[in-house]
Amino acid sequence: MRSSASNGFCAYLRRDLRLSHRRLGEAASPLIFFIMVSTLVPLGITPDPASLALVASGIIWVLALLATMLSANDLFAGDYQDGSLEQLLISPQVLVMPVLGKVTAHWLVTGLPLTIVSPLLGLMLSLPEAGYLPMMASLALGTACLSLLGAVGAALTVSLQKGGMMLALVVMPLYMPVIIFGGATVQFGIDGLAWTGPLAILGAMLAAAIALCPLAIAGVLRLTSIN
Amino acid sequence: MGNPSLIKIENLRFERDDTAVISCDNLYLDAGDILQVEGPNGSGKTTLLRLLTTALQAREGTILYCGKSIAECRFEYLSDILFIGHQSAVKLTLTAEENLDWMASSGIGSSSAVKALESLGLAGYTDIPCYKLSAGQQRRVALARLLISDARIWYLDEPFTAIDRDGVRLLERCMKDHVSSGGAVVVSTHQDLDLQGVRHYPMLGESLLRAYS
Repeated sequence: MRSSASNGFCAYLRRDLRLSHRRLGEAASPLIFFIMVSTLVPLGITPDPASLALVASGIIWVLALLATMLSANDLFAGDYQDGSLEQLLISPQVLVMPVLGKVTAHWLVTGLPLTIVSPLLGLMLSLPEAGYLPMMASLALGTACLSLLGAVGAALTVSLQKGGMMLALVVMPLYMPVIIFGGATVQFGIDGLAWTGPLAILGAMLAAAIALCPLAIAGVLRLTSIN
Repeated sequence: MGNPSLIKIENLRFERDDTAVISCDNLYLDAGDILQVEGPNGSGKTTLLRLLTTALQAREGTILYCGKSIAECRFEYLSDILFIGHQSAVKLTLTAEENLDWMASSGIGSSSAVKALESLGLAGYTDIPCYKLSAGQQRRVALARLLISDARIWYLDEPFTAIDRDGVRLLERCMKDHVSSGGAVVVSTHQDLDLQGVRHYPMLGESLLRAYS
């Protein structure tokens, strides 16, 4: 059965969304982590709004990064274990599209909910009002970058039995530019500067990641499976 | 010499940690063939099938598909094969019907998915998450792919695992129908197939070969 490239994308997007829907508890754990840790921050540091406002944007970004990274580990692990990754690799379709479908599904269940609840965390961490819009915009673009980069790491470590730590080491350097410009966008917004500048760079990073990461993931998956 | 064989293996060698796992000088598969790969555990049956599906790559030797190397006509070849391995690729949290739907990936429509599942004895189980099914039923979900695919070459790695007697007969009939309509089957199993004209290919691991000589 010959299938066009967009079919591969849709089939895997739909399948992975369905899988997350069936395991809602597991799928929501990055979001729960995100919310839980940020409620602890005022308790651990200080409830003083003025001091919290200074660190709010940074904390939200760091937590978003960690939440995405923790969930990236499972991107290909399940498929590797039950043999569906092998089926994907020997299917005649272009590998890039199913991979992109999987990453999109990952962003829809991690990055997008994080972006949507982030104003709530902003409120808890006394984020200055001018920071909300830049925070949501930068999180929307940035978490998509994080999902794509995390998937490269997940593909690299998929054949390792305990790849969690390895994954963190591999993707952390790749995550740094994202958090630098993501954090800068929020800070620029708070300081009343033109925050669209760093946001545009984040957008450029996302464009590059969408173009290049699926290729890298596809190549790495082929390499790790043929051993 | 008529048409080139569907599949022809020439001097295929595969090593793992400097030990030869596969050493296959000449093996062919024509339309209408059922080839049973036999051998003791660890003799390389799965490895041979994985080499044939391109999930593994051999260091030496060629696999020809209709006379052309499979590296040259990768798309045509991969469109024409169906592999069902030990790991069944069945997602346990999805229902049988949903599993079949994404396996076909180009959207076969739920009616033909349900039909395929029903003809494998899963009527009434198509909308239940697969983790609630027994091991044999899960296996049948994976095997239902045989009925919805139009691939000519089937690679079946131990397809009878966990399948009951009726299921074995059902699967044998599927294979018979498939080869009579011009397909070919490579199956690795320890069971004796109740089919006519099955060719046997005995696998002896290289280490075993050495022990015998």
